[in-house]
Amino acid sequence: MSNIHLEYTVEGNNFSSAGMASDEVKNNLKKLGIPPEDIRRVAISMYEGEINMVIHAGGGHAYVDIFVDHIEIWLIDEGKGIENIELAMKPGWSTAPDDVRSLGFGAGMGLPNMVKYTDDFHIESEVGKGTKVKLTINFH
Amino acid sequence: MKTSELIEKLEGNGVVVANECREISTGYCGDFLSFVMGKAPVDCAWFTVMTNINVAAVATLAEISAIVICEGCVPDESLISRAQIQHINIITTKLDIFNAVLRAFDAS
Repeated sequence: MSNIHLEYTVEGNNFSSAGMASDEVKNNLKKLGIPPEDIRRVAISMYEGEINMVIHAGGGHAYVDIFVDHIEIWLIDEGKGIENIELAMKPGWSTAPDDVRSLGFGAGMGLPNMVKYTDDFHIESEVGKGTKVKLTINFH
Repeated sequence: MKTSELIEKLEGNGVVVANECREISTGYCGDFLSFVMGKAPVDCAWFTVMTNINVAAVATLAEISAIVICEGCVPDESLISRAQIQHINIITTKLDIFNAVLRAFDAS
């Protein structure tokens, strides 16, 4: 049973609003008394997903379900998709353009961070159709 | 150490001092935001030369105590506004990152 369902629209190429959805989820989890280290894992992994949609997909949507003992976050876009997921998962590999790198993004650590900070990570992508990422974080 | 002590040690400028009593447990240096999110410890001082608005988002989400902008770099107005809204400490210093860290942690 889902306790709380939240939905967000993430705007493409808007770096000023990037992170707002993750911050709101973080604040909701704080109010629910979730342990700080779990909140941090949620906030960081979701922000990485948000930023990927901002940079690569022209935006997308985040669907968040908060359960008693875990959280599930779907990040869904209709962007260009990922040609080679295995390569994209490799630390240090990035297709971010130079102007985005100058902002401090494009280190090729986004997907590896999502794996690091989640208990379960799922990604599916089709070139020309978009990408779906599911992040699951258990509360301790 | 408290944020106010760090400002003193660096002879820095507290551009946004949202909480001068916030404790700093350790430090982290880096400019690539995903490295910072992947590795910066909770309650650290983050030494960087990045000055854009995304620095605030990273500091908030990663629970960083203070952002230390080094080398005399000037934070963007948008970063300052966001830091004020989100209660994030921002310190600027003319020191380079290496010397700022040495001084902050009494190693110089």
